Parts: sequence; structure tokens; C-alpha cells
Amino acid sequence: MNNATKTLVNGILKENPTFGLVLGMCPTLATTTSAINGMSMGLATMFVLICSNVVISMLKNVIPDKVRIPSFIVVIAAFVTILQMVMQAYVPSIYETLGLFIPLIVVNCIVLGRAEAFAAKNSVGLSALDGIGMGVGFTLALTIIGAIRELLGTGCLFGYNLYSDHYGMLIFVLAPGAFICLGYVMALVQKLMKKD
Amino acid sequence: MAKLKSSLTNMLLSLTCITLVAAAALAGVYMLTKETIDKQKSDAEIAAQQAVLAGDENGTPIKVEVDGFGGKMIVMVGFAEDGTILGYKVLEHQETPGLGDKAGQWFQNADKPGQNVVGRKATGNFTVSKDGGDVDAITAATISSRAFLKAVNEAYTKFQEAKGVTVETWTSATQQIEPENTICEEKGGQQ
Repeated sequence: MNNATKTLVNGILKENPTFGLVLGMCPTLATTTSAINGMSMGLATMFVLICSNVVISMLKNVIPDKVRIPSFIVVIAAFVTILQMVMQAYVPSIYETLGLFIPLIVVNCIVLGRAEAFAAKNSVGLSALDGIGMGVGFTLALTIIGAIRELLGTGCLFGYNLYSDHYGMLIFVLAPGAFICLGYVMALVQKLMKKD
Repeated sequence: MAKLKSSLTNMLLSLTCITLVAAAALAGVYMLTKETIDKQKSDAEIAAQQAVLAGDENGTPIKVEVDGFGGKMIVMVGFAEDGTILGYKVLEHQETPGLGDKAGQWFQNADKPGQNVVGRKATGNFTVSKDGGDVDAITAATISSRAFLKAVNEAYTKFQEAKGVTVETWTSATQQIEPENTICEEKGGQQ
């Protein structure tokens, strides 16, 4: 595997933000009440990750070391706010469901973590690939958890009714279900990864 | 290109430039999206009004805000001229998913007259059956149901006020509050 593919795949499998790095647990637990919500949150984070990784990688030589964290945060916050305004304008229903968690992407550890650990040290191209990989990994993780919670909790999948909601276990839509589900999925992923 | 040293001038310059560019970008996007966001909001309002009026051109949509189980609940209720509830819509809520958030459908189910409020003539004192009323509460979400009915009742009061009529069932409540208000006003006047 060459360097580029390695960077791309790294975020999806080996260093998956949710199952490998265990970063950004707050949006993971809070927004995965359904598969669509989890996926939207993942995509929103991916957009910010790619943009901030690219810009920070471009600016890495003009940002003095001592002010790098505030600079990174300004760049990330700007992209998050842009995303927030664009989502509010064009996809208001998703914007309303995700609500507070969109502005909170600013403090998502994954975004700042990748800026600091990867974009500040690597080329623009590789940083973009890292953003895509991490973003896809995060989106996949959130969609999987969201799908399981939605299916067990309400009997639907991506909003389509699979079985009657009378058999749904409500706890999976509520907060405790998020922890239970995350724990089991993470255990399963760890088991599968070890085999490889 | 070598990395800039962390001297005061460098730090000041780079941070200032970054924040300036970020501010400019934000201002630009704000101006580009403002119109769409405003339109989106008013569209949503108009759509909600049309939905709760169910086609009655003489109806009145009333928006009220009450405290639900999980936070504030904003409900829009459409009234026909004689006070019949044409429809309602829960615009905003923080009720428990799967329980209290059913309020959006629960009270407009024509097959279940016990829980349906749409098509009924509002009285201003709808209460859940647990409290001696005649509306069946959402299973396991009595507090959300109470909040919803309170919203409907308040909306009806507002509707009557708008028409210039005082609702009989509410005069007793109003009278209880009024004396206090008068005292406050008198005290205020003396001071």
C-alpha cells in the first residue's frame, strides 16, 4: 500500500475515530438516535474535518508554534459556523434535529486532534485524504450505531418501518441505549480487528 | 519555506490575519444564506398555519408556548370561527422520544375518539382523564399530555381574546389573578 491509500484507510479501519481512537464520544452518543441522524452528524463532521485539515496544512508554516492552538480553533470554528448557516438555509430539518451538536463540532476532539497530529505535519494532499478517511470512519461508525439503535428502539431503519413499533425497546433510543450499543459495537470491532 | 518563529510580531500578525480572513468568510456566507434562512423560517410558519387550518379560510391559527416534560413546547392550533379545533401542530418540543413526542399524532386520531381533539369544539378546559377530563393521555406520558392540553386551552383563550370574548370557564381564573395585579398597580402608583 502506498502512502496515500494508507492514510485514507487508516481513519476508516485502524484508527477509526470512534472505535479505535475513541474520540468525539459526545456527538457519538447524543446524535445517534436514528441512522439518518448519525449519518448527518458524521457527514457534517467530515466536511469540517476535510476543510480544516486542508487549510491548516496550507497555513502550517505561517502559524508560529505558540499560537497554533488558537489559530486552529479559529479555522475550525469558522468552518463550523459556515456549515451551520448553510445547513440552516438548505437542510433545515436536519439542522433542527442535530441542533446544538452542530456548533459543538468546534470542540470535537477528532477535528482538533487531526489538525494537531496530522495536518500540521503533512502535505495538503495527504491532509485532505486524512480528513476524508477520518470523516468516512466517523460517519460509518455513527451510522452503524444509529441504525442499531433505531432498529432496536423503534423498529425502523432509515425511517422505513421494518416491524411494528410496539416491539421497539425504547431504551435504545434513550441515553442508556447509546452507551449499551456503543459498548457492544466497540467490543465486536475490537474482536474482529484482533483477528486480522 | 521555514516555519515562522514564535516572536511577538509573528504571533500577532498571523493570528490577526487568520481571524480577519475567518471573519470575512463568515460575513460573506452570512450574507449569502441570510435570505434563504429567513425565507425558510417564514415558509415553515406559513406551512404550519396552512396545516392546522385544514383548508378553512376563516380559521385562526394561534401559536402558544408551554412547559412540557423536557422543556418548552410550542404548539400551533387552528380554530374555526365557532371555536372548533381544525388541526394542530407541535412546532417545537423536547419531549421523550417514543413517549411524549407522540403528541404530534396522538391527539389527531379520528379512529380513537377518546384521545382525539381535532374536530371537537374547544372549551378552554380540556383535561386528561386522569385529572377528571375526557381526553385520554398518551400512554406513559401524562405530563406531556397535560402540557399539550394546556397549550390547546391557552390557545383557545388567546383565540377568544382576539375575538373580544371572554371565556366563561376562564373568568374564574382571571378573577383570581386580577386582584393581585390591581394591588401591584396601585402600590406602584402610590410610590
